[in-house]
Amino acid sequence: MQRALAEVVLLGVAGGALGCWVVFYGLSYAAESLSHSLFPGLVLAAIAGAPLLLGAVPAIVLAAVAIALAARVAGVSRDAAVAVVVTTMFGLGALLALAPASPPGIESLLFGDVFGVSDGDLLTALLLVVSVVVALRLLHGRLLVAGFDRGTARSLGVSPALADAALLLLLGAGIVVAAQGLGNLLVVAVFVGPAAAARRLSDRMVPMMLLAASLAALAGIAGLYLSYYAGTAGGASVALAIVAIYLLSLPVGRLRAVRRPLRLPAGATIG
Amino acid sequence: MPAAALIEAEGLAAGYDGVVAISGVDFSLRGGETLALLGPNGGGKTTLLRALLGELPPLAGTLSVAATCGTVPQTERSRLDYPVSALDVATMGTLPRLPWWRRPGRREREAAAAALDRVGLRALAEQTFGRLSGGQRQRVLIARALVQDAGVLLLDEPFSGLDRPSAESLERLIAELAAGGRALVIATHDLEQARACDLVLCINKRQIACGPPDRVLEDVSVLEATYGGAIVEIPGGGRAILPPHHHHH
Repeated sequence: MQRALAEVVLLGVAGGALGCWVVFYGLSYAAESLSHSLFPGLVLAAIAGAPLLLGAVPAIVLAAVAIALAARVAGVSRDAAVAVVVTTMFGLGALLALAPASPPGIESLLFGDVFGVSDGDLLTALLLVVSVVVALRLLHGRLLVAGFDRGTARSLGVSPALADAALLLLLGAGIVVAAQGLGNLLVVAVFVGPAAAARRLSDRMVPMMLLAASLAALAGIAGLYLSYYAGTAGGASVALAIVAIYLLSLPVGRLRAVRRPLRLPAGATIG
Repeated sequence: MPAAALIEAEGLAAGYDGVVAISGVDFSLRGGETLALLGPNGGGKTTLLRALLGELPPLAGTLSVAATCGTVPQTERSRLDYPVSALDVATMGTLPRLPWWRRPGRREREAAAAALDRVGLRALAEQTFGRLSGGQRQRVLIARALVQDAGVLLLDEPFSGLDRPSAESLERLIAELAAGGRALVIATHDLEQARACDLVLCINKRQIACGPPDRVLEDVSVLEATYGGAIVEIPGGGRAILPPHHHHH
């Protein structure tokens, strides 16, 4: 239980902070797609008895390259390319998982096995948190510019394509690490839910990231306790707690908007 | 002695992927001068602005720009739900002179605050950008260009969607910036705004005319060539362009 708690808190911090950028860069669909396309890699690793990371990394790289190539085919939009690649990858994973040769317990790849995390998993999660925090701190100013207005970012010396690439790289790493604890199907919750809730509660980027990270960690802890005492599945309980926090943020966000109308400070000029 | 030219274009052609979108652009603009860029939608105003920014290399002719260009986009294009204050946006103008790993620090924020003061928005520095009025947002973006130390300001439809008082206060700011030695290029649909500038450049795929407003704007054939003949005489003097650009974005 202690390991599981540490794991969800670490994943929550990384997922919540990174998630704020995912939300503002419109990458929620990309996050979901990337996580599903990991599946065949995870299954292969499980069959081979190898660490899951060894399967996940090539799978996500393959998916990213395939999406880039498919989107270049004339008449295929990016959306369609993502959908085709993800369905193919996920189908391939299901095919492998349902083969007679597959070991039992493969469903933990889909739904996560947060109570089964090892010390190695925890170390990887810690490494993820450190890299995400350092990268987001270094890139903060540039990410802020490119997300604000892609059209003029270049005139301020910021390449929107590089900003996208940096975020996708971090997101890919985050998903690969988080998928082991939270599962292939539910991992996207931690990258989208807390950030979406925090967005309703804060209107500055850094406080929003801190809030999202805290909410995600809180949801992780609440989900684990629910799972422990109610006997529900770990990953699913965490995902449900995240959804609950998002739903709670809706009325709270509205209340906040009502209580803080636009006030012009004394001496401000209109126009 | 007249100031040196900050922008000099001779026979300039520019476009996308090697396809010419505008051609025959000839003008020079000195510090302290304002230039109105007049033309229909799709006539190449934005293409010319992007060429001045150095984003599109000349396909023919020459272009020299002897100052940093700061761009002031239409504020409708930036996200109004974005979690930044007016000060955050102005601070973005310090990024070009910082190495990529450095975040703007105290010095940068002080420079941004001074620029907000310059455009009359010191009191609103901590306000969320999306909650400002259209005219205030425009001035925050001008402050961002000032922080960039831009000698040339490129304004894209700065008056669109502004009410009369906001437009007038923006006009005053533009005049002050020009008086301070900056050159301003203002893309606009509005003949009245164009009349207030030192130079008017009419463009519709190619340069139709460039000169002082009293010469360019009084020539009906120039306006007809610019807007495709949709000019009507208003009884009692004056002209209108049909159909006019829709100002409610």
